[in-house]
This record gives sequence, C-alpha cells and structure tokens, in this order.
Amino acid sequence: MANYSTNQFKQGLKIMLDGQPCNIVENEFVKPGKGQAFSRVKIRNLLNGRVIEKTFKSGESVEAADVMELDMQYLYSDGEHWHFMNETTFEQLAANEAAVADNINWLKEQNVYTVTLWNGEMISVTPPNFVELKIVETDPGVRGDTASGGTKPAKLETGAVVNVPLFMPQDEIIKVDTRSGEYVSRA
Amino acid sequence: MSPARKSLQQHATILNTLREFFNAREVLEVSTPIISPYAVTDVFLESIAVPHYGYLQTSPEYAMKKLLADGSGDIFQLCKCFRADECGRLHKPEFTMLEWYRVGFDHHQLMDEMDGLLQTVLHCGVAQRLTYQQVFQHMLSLDPLVATADDLNATCKQQQIDLVGVENDKDDLLNVLFSHCIEPQLQQPTFIYDYPASQAALAKLNPDDSRVAQRFEVFVKGIELANGFHELTDAKEQLQRFEQDNQLRKQKSLPQRDIDSDFLAALEKGLPNCAGVALGVDRLIMLASNKTSII
Repeated sequence: MANYSTNQFKQGLKIMLDGQPCNIVENEFVKPGKGQAFSRVKIRNLLNGRVIEKTFKSGESVEAADVMELDMQYLYSDGEHWHFMNETTFEQLAANEAAVADNINWLKEQNVYTVTLWNGEMISVTPPNFVELKIVETDPGVRGDTASGGTKPAKLETGAVVNVPLFMPQDEIIKVDTRSGEYVSRA
Repeated sequence: MSPARKSLQQHATILNTLREFFNAREVLEVSTPIISPYAVTDVFLESIAVPHYGYLQTSPEYAMKKLLADGSGDIFQLCKCFRADECGRLHKPEFTMLEWYRVGFDHHQLMDEMDGLLQTVLHCGVAQRLTYQQVFQHMLSLDPLVATADDLNATCKQQQIDLVGVENDKDDLLNVLFSHCIEPQLQQPTFIYDYPASQAALAKLNPDDSRVAQRFEVFVKGIELANGFHELTDAKEQLQRFEQDNQLRKQKSLPQRDIDSDFLAALEKGLPNCAGVALGVDRLIMLASNKTSII
C-alpha cells in the first residue's frame, strides 16, 4: 500500500495505525512561530469505532489502509453470518457479528446498507439514517389517544425495540432514526 | 450591501486603521522586494523557489533591516509572505504580514506599542504579560528552563498527548506542550516574553539571564498573532546562528541554505539598536470579524 505524509492528511483519509485501519476525523495543522510543525489529528478506529487523538511531527508518514465503502443489499442471516450482495456485480459478502454489531437492529432483507471493507473483508455495516420498519408486537393501541404524549415499547420486525406513541397499533410501519434509535413518525 | 462587499470593506478599513496608526507615530511605510536571491536558513521555514530568480520571501525581515542599517529610521511594511507546506485553519502558503521596526526601542517598549495597536483594531483590553517560564509554571507546574526532555515527555503523557515521530528534543516538546496546553488558554490578549535561548531566532539574549532571549509573542483568543524581537545587531553572532541553522538542517536532511551576505554586511555596517515585530494580518482580520479561519 501507499504511504501518506502528514501534509496529505485530511478528513476521511484511511490510514493504518498500530496495525488497525482508521479514518481521519479531524486534522489541525499546528505551527509555532519559530518551531517544529505538527499535525494534531482525531482518528476513528474502524474496527471498534473508538476515537483517539494523536500528534504527528510534520513530515511523518503512515501506511494507507486498503479501506473502501460501498452500498450493498442485505440478503439474509444464517445465524452466524449476515450476507450482503453488490447490486451491480451480484457478488456476495458475509459479515460477522463484530462487523454488524448493534446495527443488527436495523437489518431488513432487501434494504441497502453502506458497508466498509478492509482488505476485502467486511468490517462494519452502516444503516441509512432513517429506516421504515413494521411493528410486530406492542400493547393494543389506545384509540383516540393522540394527545397525551405517553409512549409504550414496540418490537419491530428486525427485533429492535423502540418507544412509540400510545395510539400506535401493531402491524403499523414506522420511520425510525437509526442514530438515536428513536421513533420519528408513521411511514 | 452584498456580504462580499461588506467583508472586503472590513478588510480595507483594518488596513487603513493600521496605516493611520503608524502615520500618527511617524513610522514610515516602505516596500521591499518580494523575491530574494536567498532562502532563509531557519530550520522550520521552507522558502518557495522561483526558478531562475531566487525565492519568495518568508518575511521582509532581512530587507527591512538592510534599510535600517542604511539609516531609514522607524519603518513598517504591509506585504505578502510565502511559506511552503503551511496549510490549515490558521495557515496559508501565501499570507499578509505587517512588520515594523522601532529604532531605540527594546522589546518591552515594542510590546507597549503593539498593545495599543491591538486595542485600536480589536477593541480589547490591556494585554497581560507573562514570561515563558511563568506561563509554564502557572499552567503546567513545570520550569521550562530547567526541565529535561524526559521531564517534558512525562508531562506530555500526563496531559494525554499521544506523540508520533517526535524525538526526545527539548524544544519540540516545549512547543507541543505550549500549543496543546497553554495557547488555547490564552484567550485574553497576552504577551509571552523571554523565550528560551534555544528558540531565540533573531533576538538578543537577555543580558541579565543568558538562558532566555528578548523575544515575545502575542496571543489573542488562543491564537498566536505576532512574534517580536529586541533585535540581534551583532554580525558575528548572527553568522554563528545561521551556521547553526545549517548544521541542524544537515542533521534533519533538509537542504542547506546559502547565507545572505548582503544582510550580514548590513549588520557589520551597523544595525541601530531596535525592536521589530511581525504580525499575521489575516489572523488579525479573522479575529476582528469573529471568524474561525483565515480562509
């Protein structure tokens, strides 16, 4: 793989750090009036999502990470792996539990997700900011109660549980914000 | 008025204010060549080459000191300067510098004048003054003049600064600590003076304490705005510092630079006792217009 020097650092650049693929979240050039320049960088580890801060001496170089992002359609899970398909090439790839992580809550067959590959292996799955999912289990809706503001838990077709307004009936399709896990509206 | 026009007008107003400030004090505006046959020896500055002609100036310092040695008296200049590889929120390879020299002043008198200028342009209060040693003692409980590189590394760890590629070099580590832990706290206008002698650049050493140099910097809202010196006038010492720069350049595998012999000749002829300072105008305008970037 190629190397990147600190003066090529910018937001979104994928680099290797301590053997793990990372994404530069923020890069600030620091140059004292009469002294050594530095790059102060915030870096997200793409394997565990943790953000760390490092200060590089200017001119240092790091290895580029062979990381790419692409959109893939979710097909099914066999219980151990989650299978996705590239809609252009029809190539299929499987993600393990670590790559799917909490986003398992938002995986619905035939929906399209952004997947991140490192050296060809799937390391993470990102759902769209909003998904539409069906309520499969909730207490019966309270007819007419649209104003009291109360909520109740509802289980969705993917297994996620979100709080919905009291009047929301079973089998209703709702829109959920995947970043906060919160109900947005009826779909 | 369009936002573009409004922003241009604010820019022009500040330049006029600066010119009026110096006119009122009989400091003469000058204009010196932007292309020099020489690149600077400074280890941490890379000049931009203009093939067949020389190098773009990184600051008008040598050219202005040649005028001073010729008997110009007090002078100022507003000009473009150029530095390779400097790009960021507060850096551009091309930027505007305000540089001025006051004959007979030392760095404290020049700080007084700079304070007046900041109050005029930024409508801020009187600046506080701290020595480099004091500010490290106050904020990091560390004496920068006696601390070893190992002490500084330990403080970096304590401050959770994770360094990559920074060697056990005392000045590099002091710069890391200053920029990460001290600078962001200098929100009110602050002069830091008496920098370590190893960071003297073109400043005279303090005659009462040769561990420090008569150099100062100004910080406003956590941003470095200017750097000034009680100017070194000794040609021999200047030559030594240039040669030292080139030795360091060699160690760091950087190109060595020819020494500006015209500048040395000017010092030999006699640079009057003076103080000078260079201020980043783009940053000053950024602060005056409450922006967060010079671009």
